[in-house]
Amino acid sequence: MSESPKPASPRSGADDEAFKRELVQLIPHLRAFARTLCGDPAAADDLAQDAMMKAWDARASFQMGTNMKAWTFMILRNQFYSEKRRSWRQSQLDQEAAERTLVAVDDPEAPVALDELRQGLAMLPPEQREALILVGAGGFAYEEAAEICNCAVGTVKSRVSRARRALHAILDEGAYDRDGAAAGDAMRSILADAERLSTVR
Amino acid sequence: MIEQRPTEERRKSSAALDEARLRQQAIGVRLRQMFDEIVNEDVPDEFLEILRRADSRAEKG
Repeated sequence: MSESPKPASPRSGADDEAFKRELVQLIPHLRAFARTLCGDPAAADDLAQDAMMKAWDARASFQMGTNMKAWTFMILRNQFYSEKRRSWRQSQLDQEAAERTLVAVDDPEAPVALDELRQGLAMLPPEQREALILVGAGGFAYEEAAEICNCAVGTVKSRVSRARRALHAILDEGAYDRDGAAAGDAMRSILADAERLSTVR
Repeated sequence: MIEQRPTEERRKSSAALDEARLRQQAIGVRLRQMFDEIVNEDVPDEFLEILRRADSRAEKG
């Protein structure tokens, strides 16, 4: 249009390129976080794609040099909860997990079977699960996890420690109580207890 | 003989604590493995495709 340069434009193509490069590197992490929230891999990839596009569209508001991983995780998490996938997922996965735990464990020698861990995670209240994932697997500091979850650092700490305890108890029940019924009952009571505790702030 | 019992109890409870700690560590390792397994998966082409399309839109206008 006009011959004058564009000093008014705050972003250059180079900014976008740098942003995109960093965003692309984060895709695998976004997919992993989405899968721990959604459970279902296809739904998780949809969520991760939505979050990626939201991040791209909001790139002008991102301060280059700050923590893009935490920023994109926050976008993904908000997207997840705003779409109310939470209630859908909660009811579905809890039911599935409860049913599957009634099936005997294949290898009694396995220290912590991956499948058991997935089931155990699914039994946790969502707030505890995401806190444990962010700190225990995602490599975030408590402070960063608090920012992502929009809550106090102390809240994250207590969620993580409750999640660890509950998971430990769930996995032990699964390992030692293989006749099924007893394990199922124990897990339901742990879940109810954890749910009750998580409403107390 | 009389003191044997409490010592035995202590040993048992400290062994239980160690076991709980080991178990907790095993869970932590597994949790990271589970997450890293997904991180190490190949990213479906769809992701880059979507980003490419958005990028060319941005260039146009």
